[in-house]
Amino acid sequence: MAESFKDKVAIIGMGCSKFGENWDMGSEDMVVDATYDALADAGIEMKDIDAAWVGTIGFHGTGTGMTSTGITGAAISMPLKLQYKPVTHVENGCATGTDALRNAAFAVAAKVYDIVLVVGVEKLKDTGFGGLGELAIPPHPVFEGGITAPGMYALAATRYFKKYGLTPEEGKRMLAKVSVKSHYNASRNPRAHLRNVITEEQVINAPVIAWPLGLFDCCGVTDGAAAAILCRAEDAKKFKDNYVLIKGLGLSIGPGQGSIRTDYDFTIWDETVYASKEAYAMAGIKNPRKEIDLVECHDCFSISEVIAVESLGLCERGKARADIESGAWTQEGEIPVNLSGGLKAFGHPIGASGCREAFEIYQQLLGRAEDKTRRLKNPRMGLVHNQAGLPGKFMCAVAIYGLP
Amino acid sequence: MISYGAYVPMYRMNLQTLARNWGSPAGKGEKAVANWDEDSLTMATESSVDCLNGLDRSMIDGLYFATTTPAYREKQNASIIAKVIDLRRDITTADFANSVRGGTNALKAAIDAVKAGSAKRFLVTAADCRVPAPDSQFERLFGDGSAAFLIGDSDLAVEIEGSVSISSEFMDIWKREEDRYVQAWEERFIVTKGYLAHLEEIISMIFKKYKVTPKDFTKVVFYAFDQRRHLEIAKKLGFDPATQLQDSLLSTVGHTGSAQAMMMLVAALEEAKPGDRILFVNYGDGADAFILKVCDPIEKIRDRRGIKKNLASRMELPSYGKYLHFRNILDWGRQREPERFGALTMSWRDRNWLLSCHGHKCRQCGTIQFPMQRVCTWCQAKDDFDEIRLSDKKGTLFTYSMDNLATSVDKPTVIAIVNIAGGGRFSTVLTDRDTEKINPDMPVEFTFRRVHEAQGIHNYFWKCRPVRA
Repeated sequence: MAESFKDKVAIIGMGCSKFGENWDMGSEDMVVDATYDALADAGIEMKDIDAAWVGTIGFHGTGTGMTSTGITGAAISMPLKLQYKPVTHVENGCATGTDALRNAAFAVAAKVYDIVLVVGVEKLKDTGFGGLGELAIPPHPVFEGGITAPGMYALAATRYFKKYGLTPEEGKRMLAKVSVKSHYNASRNPRAHLRNVITEEQVINAPVIAWPLGLFDCCGVTDGAAAAILCRAEDAKKFKDNYVLIKGLGLSIGPGQGSIRTDYDFTIWDETVYASKEAYAMAGIKNPRKEIDLVECHDCFSISEVIAVESLGLCERGKARADIESGAWTQEGEIPVNLSGGLKAFGHPIGASGCREAFEIYQQLLGRAEDKTRRLKNPRMGLVHNQAGLPGKFMCAVAIYGLP
Repeated sequence: MISYGAYVPMYRMNLQTLARNWGSPAGKGEKAVANWDEDSLTMATESSVDCLNGLDRSMIDGLYFATTTPAYREKQNASIIAKVIDLRRDITTADFANSVRGGTNALKAAIDAVKAGSAKRFLVTAADCRVPAPDSQFERLFGDGSAAFLIGDSDLAVEIEGSVSISSEFMDIWKREEDRYVQAWEERFIVTKGYLAHLEEIISMIFKKYKVTPKDFTKVVFYAFDQRRHLEIAKKLGFDPATQLQDSLLSTVGHTGSAQAMMMLVAALEEAKPGDRILFVNYGDGADAFILKVCDPIEKIRDRRGIKKNLASRMELPSYGKYLHFRNILDWGRQREPERFGALTMSWRDRNWLLSCHGHKCRQCGTIQFPMQRVCTWCQAKDDFDEIRLSDKKGTLFTYSMDNLATSVDKPTVIAIVNIAGGGRFSTVLTDRDTEKINPDMPVEFTFRRVHEAQGIHNYFWKCRPVRA
C-alpha cells in the first residue's frame, strides 16, 4: 500500500552555477561549480555521496527535436570524478530537473542510499544558432516540424485572448506586465541571466518572435547547472539545523492529444492540473493560493506563466489579468510568482531548471537570498512547476518544498 | 471527357515588378507564380482534386501526369500524385515528361486505353513550374499552373470526335540534363519553321481527315507561343480571333509549359454550351489536334474552380526578391541553418496519413483523429478504426501563431490548429495566406505542399489555406 511521501526526504545542501551565456564554461565546468557549492552547503565531501542522479537533455540543437544523444550518468561522473558510484540519467524534457530530484528522493526514502546528489545541467549555447531551433515531439519528417517553441506557445496566447475577449493590444499589455515583473525580479538577483529592468512599452514594441509573442515575451537562451544533496528527513539534523523538506511531488505526462482532440482549447495546461493535484494531495494542501508562499513556475514565455498560474489553481481560470493588474504575483502580492526572475530572466537551461527553481525556494525558505530586499517574510512553503513540451502535449512535474 | 479541373497558384507577379527590378521595358499583364512550397507535383494534385470534385475516386483506373519539371527526375511522380489524391492501388500510372506537348500525349494515351477497354476512367493531369533564366524573355513569359481531365466512356461532358498527331524532330526550346534554364534557338527560325508551320500542318491534316472547316467550330484552343503569333496563326488559318480564338492566358497566368493548352481548354469549357464544337491543338516536338463536342452533362460540373475562380482568387507577389526566394534562384549560402530532419522509412510507414491524408474513425466511440493512432485518443480502444480521407473536408482555424524564428523562405511560418468539419483536429501550417487577414475561427481548406528538403528528399505534407472562393 502506497503511503504519503510528505516530509520523508530533506534537502540539506544546494548549489547553483552562474547562469547566462557561459561562453567560457562547458557543461562539465557548471556541474563542478554547482556540485561543490551544494557539498559545501551540506558540509559534506564528495566521498560521502552514495549515488547520484543527473538531469539533462544533452541538448545539441540539430533541429531534429530536443533529444539526447546517448547521454549517460557519465555526464556528471566524469567531471566530478565520482569513483564508480551509481549515476542515473533522467530526461523528461524541461521537467527533467524536478524529475531527477524526484527519483533521487524516492531512492533515499526507500533506504537504498543515505546521501545522494542531484545535478541538473544544460549547455545550450554551443549550437551556433539563436533560440533553440525547431522541434517536433517526437521528431518526424513533416508532422509538426519546422516550428519553434515560441510559435507553439503563441498558439495558446492567440486562443487565450480570443476566449477571454481581449483584443491583441489588451492581451499583449497583460503579457508585458508579466515580463516587466520578471526582469525587475531578476535585476535584484545576482545569479540571474537577464538583469535589465524593462518597461511595458519596450515589451510591446519589441520585434515579434512569434505573433503575438515578442522578444521580451520569451526567455533567453541560458547555460547553467544546479545541484542538491538529499538525505532522509530523520538524518538531516546530523548535518545541519537549517534544511528543507519535500512536501509533495507530482508528475503528469500528457498523452499528447491536444493537437488531436477538439475539446482541448489551448488555454489550460491539463498536465499541470494533474501534476499539481497529486502534489497538493501529498502535501495536504487544500487552498494552494493561501498555503503556498511563493511559486517558481514554468515561464518560458509570458503566456506560459499566465496559464501555469491558472492551471496550478493559484488563480481562477480567465482571471489572471485581474491578478496581474493588481500586482498579486509580485513580491509584495498575495502569491509571489517567479521572484527569482523565472525562466524568463533568471534563465532556462533545460535540464537544470527544476533544480534551479528548487534552489530559489530553498534560499527563500532559509532566508538566504543574496539581495536582502528580495527576501520574503517568513515563507513556509514554496512550489516548483517544471514543464516540458508544447501546448497540447506537455510533461509536467510539480514539487512542493517546505520548512520542517 | 467526364470532367475537367484546373489550378492557378495564388500569387501573381505583375510584369512591371520584373521591369522595375531589371530596368527593362515593362510588358503588359501578370503571371502566376507558384508559392515557395509548390511544384509541378503539388499543382497537379490541386487540378486533379478540382477535376474529381463530387466524383467517386475509387472508379478511376489510371493516372497520367505530364510535366517538363518533374519533382523527381528518377522516380515516378504520377504514383505520388495517385497516392495523394487517394486513388486505388490496382491502376496504371505514368509520367509523360520532357515535352510541352506531354499533356496531349497523355490525353491521347488515356483515350486509347479507354477505347481499348483496358480502363473505364482515366485521369490526365499536366502541370509545370519552369524556372526561367533571370532577366530573360522567358522570365516575362513563364507562369505556373495545372489542368486535369477525366477521360471515360460514359457521362461525357465533352465527346472527343477525332484526333490527329504529328511527331516531328524539331529543336526549338530545350534543356539538357546539365542546364539550369531552358535554351532556345533564334526566335524567327523557331516560330516560322516550328510553331507556325506545325500548327498549319496539323490543322490542315485534321480538316482533311474529318472534312471540317473553320466555321464548324465555336471555339479554337491553340497552344500559344506568344500573344502575337497566337493571333497571327488564327487569322492565317481562317478563324475570327475576336469570336473564335480562346484566350491564351499569357497575360494572366503566363506560359505554363505542358499545362498551357490544357488550361486554355478548361477555360474554353467553362464558357462552352452543349452543342459547341471546339478545335483543340497542342504543339511541341510535333503537334496534336482534337475535335471536341460539348454535351449536356457539362452543366453538372459547373462547380469546378477551373481557371475562372482560381484567377479571381489572388495575391500580389510584393517583390522580385520574394520570387528569387520562392524559386530558390540564388545561392543562399550566407544563411547557416540547422539541418532539417528527414527519414524515408518514417515517411513510408506513415504514407496513408502523410500522403493520402487519412485519419482514423474509432469504431467504438465514433470520433475522428489525425494522425492515425493505434490507441483511440478519446476512448482508448485499441486498433479498432476505419480509415477515412480528410483532405476534401473544410475546417476552421481554431488558433494560430506567426513564427518568425522558424526557418522559412517566406516568414512568418503560420502555425495552425484546425478543427475539421465533421470531426477531428489537424495540426499544420497555413499557406497562401495574407498575414494581415488571419483570424481565429476563419474557414480553411486542405492543400498538399512541400514542407522542406531533407536527406535529398522532397518532404511533402498537407497544409491548410484560407478557402479560395
